[in-house]
Amino acid sequence: MTKNKDPLNIIITGVGGQGNVLLSQFVGKALVREGYHATIGETYGASQRGGAVMSHLRVSRDTQYGPLIAQGQADIVLGLEPLETMRVLSQYGNSEVVVITNSRPIFPVAVTTGEGVYPSPEQIQSTLEALSSKCWVVDATEIALEMGAPILANIIMMGALVGAGLLPIGAAAFEAELRDSFAGERLETNLAAFRRGMSLTAS
Amino acid sequence: MANVATFEAGTAQLLMGNEGIARGALEAGIGFASAYPGNPSSEIIGTLADVAADAGIYVEWSINEKVALEAAAAAAFAGVRSICAMKHNGLNVVLDFLMGLNVTGTKAGLVLVTCDDPGALSSTEEEDSRPVAKWACVPLLEPATFQEEKDMTRWAFELSEQFKTMFLLRGVTRTSHARGDVRIGERLPPNREARFTVDVPLQYTAIPAPPKHMAAHQRQERIREVFEEAPFNWYQGPEKPELLIATCGSGWFYSIEAVRALKAEDRVGILKLGTTWPLPEKLVRRNLARAEKVLVVEEIDPFLENNLKELVGEDPAAVGPKKFYGKRSGHIPSAGEINPDIVTAALAKILDIEHAPVDPDYSQKALALTSFFVHPRMVGFCAGCPHRATFWSVKNALKLDGRDGFVTGDIGCYTMAVGPTGFWQLKTAQAMGSAAGMACGFGNLKGLGFKQPVIAACGDSTFFHATIPALISGIYNKADYILLVLDNSATAMTGFQPHPGTGRTATGGPAPAIDIADVCRALGVRTEVTDPFDLQGTTEKLLDLLEDDGKVRVLVSRRECQLVRARREKAPYVMRVDQEKCIGETCGCARLCTRVFQCPGLIWDAAKGAARIDEVICAGCGVCADICSAGAIIREAAQ
Ligand code: SF4
Ligand code: SF4
Repeated sequence: MTKNKDPLNIIITGVGGQGNVLLSQFVGKALVREGYHATIGETYGASQRGGAVMSHLRVSRDTQYGPLIAQGQADIVLGLEPLETMRVLSQYGNSEVVVITNSRPIFPVAVTTGEGVYPSPEQIQSTLEALSSKCWVVDATEIALEMGAPILANIIMMGALVGAGLLPIGAAAFEAELRDSFAGERLETNLAAFRRGMSLTAS
Repeated sequence: MANVATFEAGTAQLLMGNEGIARGALEAGIGFASAYPGNPSSEIIGTLADVAADAGIYVEWSINEKVALEAAAAAAFAGVRSICAMKHNGLNVVLDFLMGLNVTGTKAGLVLVTCDDPGALSSTEEEDSRPVAKWACVPLLEPATFQEEKDMTRWAFELSEQFKTMFLLRGVTRTSHARGDVRIGERLPPNREARFTVDVPLQYTAIPAPPKHMAAHQRQERIREVFEEAPFNWYQGPEKPELLIATCGSGWFYSIEAVRALKAEDRVGILKLGTTWPLPEKLVRRNLARAEKVLVVEEIDPFLENNLKELVGEDPAAVGPKKFYGKRSGHIPSAGEINPDIVTAALAKILDIEHAPVDPDYSQKALALTSFFVHPRMVGFCAGCPHRATFWSVKNALKLDGRDGFVTGDIGCYTMAVGPTGFWQLKTAQAMGSAAGMACGFGNLKGLGFKQPVIAACGDSTFFHATIPALISGIYNKADYILLVLDNSATAMTGFQPHPGTGRTATGGPAPAIDIADVCRALGVRTEVTDPFDLQGTTEKLLDLLEDDGKVRVLVSRRECQLVRARREKAPYVMRVDQEKCIGETCGCARLCTRVFQCPGLIWDAAKGAARIDEVICAGCGVCADICSAGAIIREAAQ
């Protein structure tokens, strides 16, 4: 059971500009709200402009951990972009790791310029299955577009993380965080996105 | 909403290291804060600016780091506790003043925070700030945990006031830009009784130099005594370990993790130091005596390592024979970031422990399955960035001009034009203001046969920070160059902070907006303004300026940063590619738009053999419609 591991090592990854930092902060705040120690180490600055970004989130009941996860030690990988999910697995994965990834690609320059290929949805699915103990590929961006704003993909992914039951805390702390950060219509939209995300992975 | 100023004492909050420093400063009752933005330090003053009204303090973004420290020092001279923050290269800018301030001293607490960026994750260069502390005789603190970021900042103010000298607090990316839970403390009210009085003649001058320099050295010895008892230094481990790790800052977490990973708790002890200059020598010697082998874990230069060796050398008998491991021995790299894996590997090697960090079967499988797809993602201009458009015109103008002209570069988002998304246009990149400074040199080589046109590119914030002196020097010395100001109305790279051109202060109030073109015109040079999204107009203006040579000329390429604009308004255009019209591989130099222009919003649809818009990423700026000669990229006004 992932959620009882201490420390619980989560990597949230994506492409600069997708809102990786904000998402990891939300998850971290919800955990601290529930009395956990949480540490987040993240890529920043120059790497925000379209580079590969990643946040390392360490969760513990007993003590504070450092901001970086050692190689091969991720317990959960939450990917906002499939290629980045693969990149993280090749460095931090192990046979026990649990993966949730958004399905929507963002092409790296090599693909746009025609020098490289991007994996097909089937290749993504089979690769992630081979490299994890359990994985979900969710259409968070497509759902977010349906809901009117691509940036909601983050909150949908957060919902998927909570829905999968991988964290030691439940939905209530996240909804409280959302209530602290948004108001009015934006709050309703974000709550809806969060719940929609939960339904994608709930068993 | 709760913020760092209003958090209740006793609660636990998830804080970024920089927010912890800001909270520590508030708890210490600061009344004044100043900085020039630079990652990984920007959020310290950014956080304070956001809560200035709640906290009742004055906060400013100064024009550069030197002015920031001068302003903070003035407030401290007037009895107000002040904090000033900058990144490592900012400290270089400050040195001239710092080397006088160090001996002058202060009245109220004055803390200078400098944040280093090991691995240069958001910097153009990598350097260690700490030698400045030793060089300038300024006490140095290095927090290792998020709690310490806050608590040491508060403590630094008390000591600074007690010893009447400034304190230096060093963060690194993984302490400043990481987040962790922090227990909040009580806030002292800001001590804002500001009044400047001189109690003894020459109190606030660096003069007379030798006696004041001597006094600084003596003060350092008294501070050393206080550091002997500091709660931020401790030893953890067996009484007589086989190996002692000496560490500070970010090295602390990595060290405990390494010991744990190797299950070496019985063999290794850790000496964690928070006060790294002057070193508490009694405490250090006492702990060094525990073991013969010492591994020093720290980021960037062997600062602690060398200083420990110095202490051993002064009194070898007190500590016994030592074998040091660290950067000099090659166990810890002396460039780039360190991490738990590096420290674990070093420790495993010294202790001769077998350690396979990752399951080799899994790694091989992962490599086999992913390496074909996982291409590097290069950092580049955002979709809709005005800089991409400017450099497109620069590239075309220089080509049409045909005299092998080139661009000198500066520090900001536009520095990315050293790479493909700026079409490799920047040929130099060193320091703030150096584009124009170098152009002063290139532009005065005519007598030696130099015929190439020179364009010096700087940003709007950089213009104010350090370009103005080089511009005036160039005008005065009749240098031949075009100053190209990429004015996107923000300090974009560091988080969109306002500056003197934006008409806003750090705390959001109105300010006189200083127009860059007006400043240049007032200096008597030909100054043109262009909209970079007008590719043709910009290219023509550049060509005209290139012809008008023999002196300094200025082109201000003005268009707001896309990310700033997008916060306020919707995209102006809805874009699509008419895939019937797109001639794909046969276009220009084979797919001009996706292969050469490289806006991430425009992608290649391999199945159709045509370009396509990625509607999630495209910012709707409309520029790419003008680069497509087949007219396949269609721009429609958004509803
Ligand atoms: S942040 Fe602004 S200036 Fe920087 S690359 Fe993006 S759009 Fe361009
Ligand atoms: S309109 Fe074209 S250049 Fe502008 S953001 Fe969209 S794809 Fe990029």
